[in-house]
Amino acid sequence: MRARGQVDVAAGEAILSVEHVSLAFGGVKALSDVSFDIRTGEIRAIIGPNGAGKTSMLNVINGFYQPQQGRIAFKGKLRAKMRPNEAARGGIARTFQNVALFRGMTALDNIMAGRSLAMHANFFCQLLRYGPALNEEVAHRRRVEEIIDFLEIAHIRKVQVGRLPYGLQKRVELGRALAMEPDLLLLDEPMAGMNLEEKEDMSRFILDVNNQFGTTIALIEHDMGVVMDLSDRVVVLDYGRKIADGTPEQVKRDQAVIDAYLGVAH
Amino acid sequence: MQPAARADTSAEVVDTFPKLLIRNAETLRGRPAMRHKDLGIWQTWTWDAVLEEVRAFSVGIAELGLARGDKVAIVGTNRPRLYWAMCAVQALGGVPVPIYADSVADEMAYVLEHAEVTIAVAEDQEQVDKIISISDRLSRLTYIIYDEPRGLRDYDHGRLQWITEVQQRGGAKLAADPLALAAWQASVGRGQGSDLAVILYTSGTTGRPKGVMLTFDNLVISARNGNLYDHLDQDEEVIAYLPLAWIGDHVFSYAQSYTAGFCVNCPETPETVVEDRREIGTTYAFAPPRIYENLLTLTMVRMADAGAFKRRMFDYFIGVARRWGEQILDREKVPLSARVLYGLGEVLVYGPLKNRYGLGRIRVAYTAGEAIGPEIFRFYRALGINLKQLYGQTEASVYITAQPDGEIYADTVGKPNIDVEVRIADSGEVQFKSPGVFVGYFKDPEKTSETKTEDGWVRTGDAGLIDERTGHLRIIDRAKDVGRLNDGTLFAPKYIENKLKFYPNIKEVVAFGDKRDFVTVMLNIDLVAVGSWAERNNVVYGNYQELAGHPLVYDMLAAHVREVNRSLADDRALAGAQIRRFLILPKELDADDGELTRTMKVRRGLIGDRYAPFVCALYDGSTQAMIATEVTFEDGRKGIINARVAIRDVGAPVVMEKAA
Repeated sequence: MRARGQVDVAAGEAILSVEHVSLAFGGVKALSDVSFDIRTGEIRAIIGPNGAGKTSMLNVINGFYQPQQGRIAFKGKLRAKMRPNEAARGGIARTFQNVALFRGMTALDNIMAGRSLAMHANFFCQLLRYGPALNEEVAHRRRVEEIIDFLEIAHIRKVQVGRLPYGLQKRVELGRALAMEPDLLLLDEPMAGMNLEEKEDMSRFILDVNNQFGTTIALIEHDMGVVMDLSDRVVVLDYGRKIADGTPEQVKRDQAVIDAYLGVAH
Repeated sequence: MQPAARADTSAEVVDTFPKLLIRNAETLRGRPAMRHKDLGIWQTWTWDAVLEEVRAFSVGIAELGLARGDKVAIVGTNRPRLYWAMCAVQALGGVPVPIYADSVADEMAYVLEHAEVTIAVAEDQEQVDKIISISDRLSRLTYIIYDEPRGLRDYDHGRLQWITEVQQRGGAKLAADPLALAAWQASVGRGQGSDLAVILYTSGTTGRPKGVMLTFDNLVISARNGNLYDHLDQDEEVIAYLPLAWIGDHVFSYAQSYTAGFCVNCPETPETVVEDRREIGTTYAFAPPRIYENLLTLTMVRMADAGAFKRRMFDYFIGVARRWGEQILDREKVPLSARVLYGLGEVLVYGPLKNRYGLGRIRVAYTAGEAIGPEIFRFYRALGINLKQLYGQTEASVYITAQPDGEIYADTVGKPNIDVEVRIADSGEVQFKSPGVFVGYFKDPEKTSETKTEDGWVRTGDAGLIDERTGHLRIIDRAKDVGRLNDGTLFAPKYIENKLKFYPNIKEVVAFGDKRDFVTVMLNIDLVAVGSWAERNNVVYGNYQELAGHPLVYDMLAAHVREVNRSLADDRALAGAQIRRFLILPKELDADDGELTRTMKVRRGLIGDRYAPFVCALYDGSTQAMIATEVTFEDGRKGIINARVAIRDVGAPVVMEKAA
């Protein structure tokens, strides 16, 4: 694995900043007063023990949850409320902790679905595959084929995803997110439930996406080895609070982080 | 033995591949020379387009300082640019050295070092990484040229060059300097038929690989004779998916394509070959038996999962095909009713099946490299596929013998090819003489003189005999492997192994018996076939080792072994060599552990040493054995697996009680 340069990223400006965000479900405080930023071009990890609020944080970023307090700025624009479809249009794509694909459709069709936001021909043209719709489909198919090639899934192009092993389903899901050509890619536990070899493959794809397409990536991950190898900067949550933020080296030495993972008497 | 057909006497002087390419670009202008499936679409290059690509590439390589006689390694899978690299290097008087892409770094280092490689052309990051990791051992290596740029952006580009950029520099030079083209053509003109064309390292079942040196004459004449033998012309379609370093692929996807002018198709990825072949519809195919075995196993597994109606239809018509198919293929007389039934089967079963295999348009299909199970062989022929056997070697530029159309027998390898002479030495060893006979082993005159006799014959190392009935050559086994049991019975391990490997449940077999009292075997289960059986029979297992050791799996394989014993009992000479005891190995035999060669042949001696406790237990009567064996993982790390394995007796040998 290549050594990740810190220089270009440290100089980059924030593509997304989270300021004093709090989120509660009734009496349960999922997030309280969390602030951090994600810089253009970096791989940012969000880690923490179970129930720390990682997935909630991701859901806030892509507009699935509305925080009660705080604000989020994406590409310099402050926003109070954003719906998931607006986030998608704005350039945020994501994958899910439990794979969320169209199980009865082929890998190719699933990834094509990721292009739907970029299709402009009207419904009837698309229905009849006529005129502009046909040209458009050819152009999109080309982009999708590039992603298929990139992720090395040509051999399962026409296989229903429901029949694929889990590791490959995860890869198809990543492909669908990439098909949106996002500026910010949110990955919710991309390596959960994978064996060592699958994890190594996935790590390589994540690095390649970041390297080749210049996509900014925010990921949640449990495997510490993976996080430390992949990410430029790490933010650590515990019980909905931010307890540390910095490079993998800094975070690894942070006493609060060590306590959160190993447990201390409360 | 006399050649079966007449030699190619056309007085052609086009004697090297670069010259053939220039000729084809004129005479076959606009016809496809190469296809590659990229981004899901077949991209085509015509002969004139290939000439342009190769020329630009060649001039670009010359700029990097390649001198005549320099060796260039080609590492990767079957991609157009790697084939072009061979021709581009040959145009400059250099010698391409194709290398098995799945070799681990250490194996690769030996070959690169031994071949004195100055430039390496690699497919992708994986291969580049391997070469970089061993580059301190390669003092002569100047540049690494790569095809697929992904992941290589951050690498130091001092010694690393992208093929496209090399080609662009060459193209720019050709455009700017009118003398450059003339200089390149002069360089091609300087090449002669007697020049060294390629060095192919054989994976050898023993010792370090040997570099077989072949000249343009060896390859061009052999390829031309091969074309003549099977009437191959520019309309053939072949798919290139076997290792570049294998002589079969070199002759079939390169030499024969350049001489006959047919199109070579490169698959999208190694995993998509079956689908890609179906789309192309190949007319000429060349594969080791395991490819046919895999296809058959896959078919049987899928049919076992099919509905009852389909399965019965399949079984019925396969029965019809086994009864009549071969006679119909050989144009013999058969009753009208059989012809009608077979015709119906063609529509309902054989046609769709052949289409699935991508063999619907096949004219000639060869199996070579190892003996094929007679049942597998007959299965394909019964479907109407003209599958034939060929016997060849790297040292012969492939062709020694082949079966002529209409003279097909499951247990022979045919008659000598055009211009080839074959004799059986007193020791029983097969020897040959042909225009394809190699120059020698690179930097190994000692081995060369061991292999070539003083009067110009080549020792094949195979034991064989001329079949009295048909006049065909029959190969029994490697000469050095044929042994005898303590009671003097002939023991031909490969013969027994092949009989067992016919069963879809069995992937590999290693037989022991030389200088022993009786024959024993170690088996490898086929995970696809046995896994599917386990699923259907509710047999639960966690991993390979557990499935391999399952008592029900033992029962199933014991039945196979007994069947083989029954068929051995039929053969007078081999009836005494029946299998008494067997075990199932807890891990798959793997080329990475050195247990198989890169062409997937078992290394019997090495396996015998590594699994010595097993061999011991097979003969001392114990019912189980323990072992700790080393395995190499795909990333090169090593680990140990511990296993306890059961040993099964299959009972007393079968005695045939029929009158002689």
